[in-house]
Amino acid sequence: MENRILLVAELGPDGHLKSSLRSLLTAAKFLKGDIDVLVWGGDTTSAVVEAQHLPGIRQVLNGSGPTLADGLAEMLCALVRPLARQYTHILTAATTIGKNWMPRLAALEDVAMVSDIVGVESSDTFIRPIYAGSIWATVCCPEPLKLMTVRTTAFPGTEGEGRDPVPVENLPCPAALLQSTRIAVQAHVQEGRPSLENARVVVSGGRGLGSAEHYEALLGPLADELNAALGASRAAVDLGYASNDVQVGQTGKVVAPDLYIAIGISGAIQHLAGMQTSRVIVAINKDPDAPIFAVADYGLVGDLNVLVPELTAALRK
Amino acid sequence: MKILVPVKRVLDYTIKARAKADGSGVELAGLKMSLNPFDEIALEAAIRLKEVGQATEVVALSCGDAMVQEGLRTALALGADRALWVSSTEELQPLSVAKLLHAVVLREIPTLVICGKQAIDDDANQTGQMLAALLNWGQATNAAEIQVGEGRVDVVRETDGGTETLRLILPAVITTDLRLNEPRYATLPNIMKARKKPIETLTPEELGVTVEPRLKTLRVQEPPQRPAGVKVDSIATLLARLKNEAKVI
Ligand SMILES: Cc1cc2nc3c(=O)[nH]c(=O)nc-3n(C[C@H](O)[C@H](O)[C@H](O)COP(=O)(O)OP(=O)(O)OC[C@H]3O[C@@H](n4cnc5c(N)ncnc54)[C@H](O)[C@@H]3O)c2cc1C
Ligand SMILES: Cc1cc2nc3c(=O)[nH]c(=O)nc-3n(C[C@H](O)[C@H](O)[C@H](O)COP(=O)(O)OP(=O)(O)OC[C@H]3O[C@@H](n4cnc5c(N)ncnc54)[C@H](O)[C@@H]3O)c2cc1C
Repeated sequence: MENRILLVAELGPDGHLKSSLRSLLTAAKFLKGDIDVLVWGGDTTSAVVEAQHLPGIRQVLNGSGPTLADGLAEMLCALVRPLARQYTHILTAATTIGKNWMPRLAALEDVAMVSDIVGVESSDTFIRPIYAGSIWATVCCPEPLKLMTVRTTAFPGTEGEGRDPVPVENLPCPAALLQSTRIAVQAHVQEGRPSLENARVVVSGGRGLGSAEHYEALLGPLADELNAALGASRAAVDLGYASNDVQVGQTGKVVAPDLYIAIGISGAIQHLAGMQTSRVIVAINKDPDAPIFAVADYGLVGDLNVLVPELTAALRK
Repeated sequence: MKILVPVKRVLDYTIKARAKADGSGVELAGLKMSLNPFDEIALEAAIRLKEVGQATEVVALSCGDAMVQEGLRTALALGADRALWVSSTEELQPLSVAKLLHAVVLREIPTLVICGKQAIDDDANQTGQMLAALLNWGQATNAAEIQVGEGRVDVVRETDGGTETLRLILPAVITTDLRLNEPRYATLPNIMKARKKPIETLTPEELGVTVEPRLKTLRVQEPPQRPAGVKVDSIATLLARLKNEAKVI
């Protein structure tokens, strides 16, 4: 049987498609079948056009309207559920949005779901990390409708454009529900820096930085030199050095940049879970036995208060 | 207001999990088990709501084999008023757990269910959302702040872009993130007292739920290890190697 695959996209705050969709495309290619892309949001005008030009897809579904602007799980389920059974597989990125609505849809459709896949073995067998990534489980999902969130860092984005724009089908915007409403948003933007998800280089700081002022003063200039995003360990976030959305790890974001620089981070397994598939890892830590050195390609033992400014200065030259 | 807190006993977070040599599962024999850290946070949130007079009763619930009673004892020692054990030796996947929780909710009629956002063993991050769906209740995952008002609850949730505040009509399901609170420790007298408290036992049959694992774990293995790296002795060497060897800058 030919698979019918639906990829559910996400838009960035700028209204453009997030690049994670191209990773979903790569994952979907392993499944072999027709691929549709669902774009949703308060205003999807530019994202729909971008989606129409993705390579190898059949059509774009467009769910646009005020009730979808906030990305509430209840509304996304109302949008996707009427179409769900037309598909054999529905994939979305394992973001705080995807992880929020997809399990809800799974229960409504009475199917088990597979979280955070990092590999596709066949159209019903997937690999997913468990125990903070210490273990990989190979899981068979015999459900007729397979719902999956995808760890997008595990799938390099499909490049290129389709030859002709594919057709668009407009979906009815679901009616408002009373159960939940969004009453405030506190967006955190790293001014002038790439986002953690897309950065080629990530500079991450931990408890060793000692204070919020040090975190900014030491890591900011280094990040700017490297055009890097800033990340943090849980300890650094808990202590208020950095904002929650830059926490890297089992319960934060998973990143896999070309270069990850861990500064004053000990390397707890929960932190490693979020960065150990980076291409090159550098660690700066004063403790030569810190576990971070076990995963670092290049380790530098010493005081970060000396080494980080020295590194920034050397890069400037 | 009654609050139900589902808790799971998991491998302690300080222990690195290992796959069994034959790949059939994760080695758990003889290792330290603890309450899922997110569930401790959920319990703490519920207990604090009771302490400020917004909740009347905190009921802890765990599904699994006889060992999960240990987790319930911890919950009682921390301040849960009652404990329910849904006894099952089956492999309980999130959908099954959600169905069991759903059946218990219909009996207990809580106004709020507070779950952990994920269990740190299977890392599924599904159960709370599934429960909310089965109940047709509103949901707020990754809670960093909970404010209960008249007939509603405002939840600040952590998102990939910062935070957002949702207003849910009660009853509702909330799942906890790390920064919601810092859980207390159980005191020795409370641990002793908790040993004597009754744990009410239920079975999936009594609850009318068929527990069936739908997903099949074919094998587990440890992921490919990164080859060991090197320590460099200066910034100059580091930069030279990043340029010439790793070619990342
Ligand atoms: C349920 C759960 C989930 C978790 N999820 C996450 C997660 O998603 N992400 C995460 O990061 N953690 C997570 N953690 C926390 C994790 O276990 C560690 O506690 C945390 O990663 C430690 O942060 P750290 O490395 O910054 O701090 P520490 O472990 O305290 O390490 C600080 C390091 O800085 C070094 N240092 C200090 N001063 C200097 C100096 N002057 N120069 C150089 N080096 C210095 C020290 O040698 C030390 O190695 C989780 C924990 C639990 C229980
Ligand atoms: C190879 C393998 C073999 C396994 N074998 C078994 C087995 O034999 N028996 C077995 O029980 N499990 C087994 N599991 C684990 C089981 O599949 C999952 O742990 C379970 O499906 C729940 O997923 P989760 O804990 O990640 O849920 P999540 O959705 O991450 O949990 C979120 C929250 O739901 C609540 N919750 C979750 N589970 C329970 C529970 N049991 N009771 C009360 N509240 C709960 C908690 O509030 C928790 O914080 C196995 C897993 C693997 C990978």
